[in-house]
Amino acid sequence: MDKAPQQMDEIPNQREVAWPIAFSVAWGSLRRRFMRAMITMAGVILAIAFLTYMLITDNVNQALLGLRSDAVNILLQKAGVDILAAGATDQMMLMLIGLSLITCLVGIINAMLMAVTERIKEIGTLKCLGALDSFIVKTYFIEASLQGIIGTAMGMAIGFLIAILIALSYYHQYVFPNLPMGRIVGSLSISLTVGSLISIAAAILPAYWAAQKAPVDAMRVEE
Amino acid sequence: MTDIPIIRTVNVKKIYRMGTHEVHALRGITLDIKAGEYVSIMGPSGSGKSTFFNMVGVLDMPSEGEVFMRGHPVSKLSPSQLAWVRCHNIGYIFQSFNLIPTMTALQNVSIARIFAGSSPAQARDEAAKVLDQVGLGNRIHHVPGQLSGGQQQRVAIARALVNQPAIILADEPTGNLDLRTGEEIINLLSKMKSTMGITIITATHDMKMLSASDTVVRIKDGAVESVQSRDEIQISVGTIDGKTLA
Repeated sequence: MDKAPQQMDEIPNQREVAWPIAFSVAWGSLRRRFMRAMITMAGVILAIAFLTYMLITDNVNQALLGLRSDAVNILLQKAGVDILAAGATDQMMLMLIGLSLITCLVGIINAMLMAVTERIKEIGTLKCLGALDSFIVKTYFIEASLQGIIGTAMGMAIGFLIAILIALSYYHQYVFPNLPMGRIVGSLSISLTVGSLISIAAAILPAYWAAQKAPVDAMRVEE
Repeated sequence: MTDIPIIRTVNVKKIYRMGTHEVHALRGITLDIKAGEYVSIMGPSGSGKSTFFNMVGVLDMPSEGEVFMRGHPVSKLSPSQLAWVRCHNIGYIFQSFNLIPTMTALQNVSIARIFAGSSPAQARDEAAKVLDQVGLGNRIHHVPGQLSGGQQQRVAIARALVNQPAIILADEPTGNLDLRTGEEIINLLSKMKSTMGITIITATHDMKMLSASDTVVRIKDGAVESVQSRDEIQISVGTIDGKTLA
């Protein structure tokens, strides 16, 4: 360490904290606030379940239509599938899916912004202990994305199960032999991508906002 | 350069703007704090005591004037250097303890060590050692909600100590504690001063703090009203000062 003549030794830069540590802090915070996290996740679960359900139901219907069997077509009509219009995209449905995804995006942002406001003092304290803005960004980003990604996974599972159960109730023995596995995997990847993108998009703003809090916020008196 | 004061404030002013209105919270405070001193900053609420305390603690920047930390002008430091100073040079103790509620006592202390660059395993060992020193060796896996006020403040003290800072900054450390626990905390602070040579700076209303202090700085209306050394305090306690401030 070189010494400036009139001063004590140079003040170095604070070290960055590695991602795995930020991850364990974020994970600990989620675990202890489990109920809160579940409520935030509920929005994602519902939206992604809806999306997955719509996609998989369409996959199954398309596969059954492809059989060109009169018996199956009667079942499809009973289930309310418009055989003539099959294959065309349903604008109304797309809009509904879009709306539910936007609602879910706004939901996570809202919940995370509230979490930041509640924890201003906590953030200030961490900064007093030497946390850099980047550490705060990392933990809040991980916390929000984890909620989004776990919610996405749960939503996918629920959407898939419901789609299959409903298909079974209409088409009975025709479902399993004709499951279009390739397309279903495709639909699940769409759900996963959409869910993850939404979760990450929703995590950016709160994480950035959290990092703006000042160390002096630790001194706030109200709890 | 050993006689550089650990903290020097030069004509520190703080002005808050509320719409068109200007509030002068600090009107120019010049003060030296020597290394190894126990300094109490006293003053009624609204006196600017907290504002000054935050400047001294590198938590807030003055509108005018300069704070020097071991000779370094604080306003010239980058955010990363400021974080380094807060992490390595200053240990903070808060009135409401400010433990992270989702972390155990051990995690609360070790996170400070991790910020200072320790590996998680090393940080845990060091944190456990310090928690043991403050008398909490058997409660390290409890979360703050499972600890009493006094115990929480001990965790906070352990957290402040774990990076072996030169300065401990304690904001009303006894404010949320009962009389006896408050005294224990004051004794703990005095012990840190005498055994480790740590500079202790407290903001307080607590008269018990006075007997432990080397210097008492009284702030009134954003300016220093008086700076008294321990000998002068002994004389004045129990007379007019004692009655008005108790």
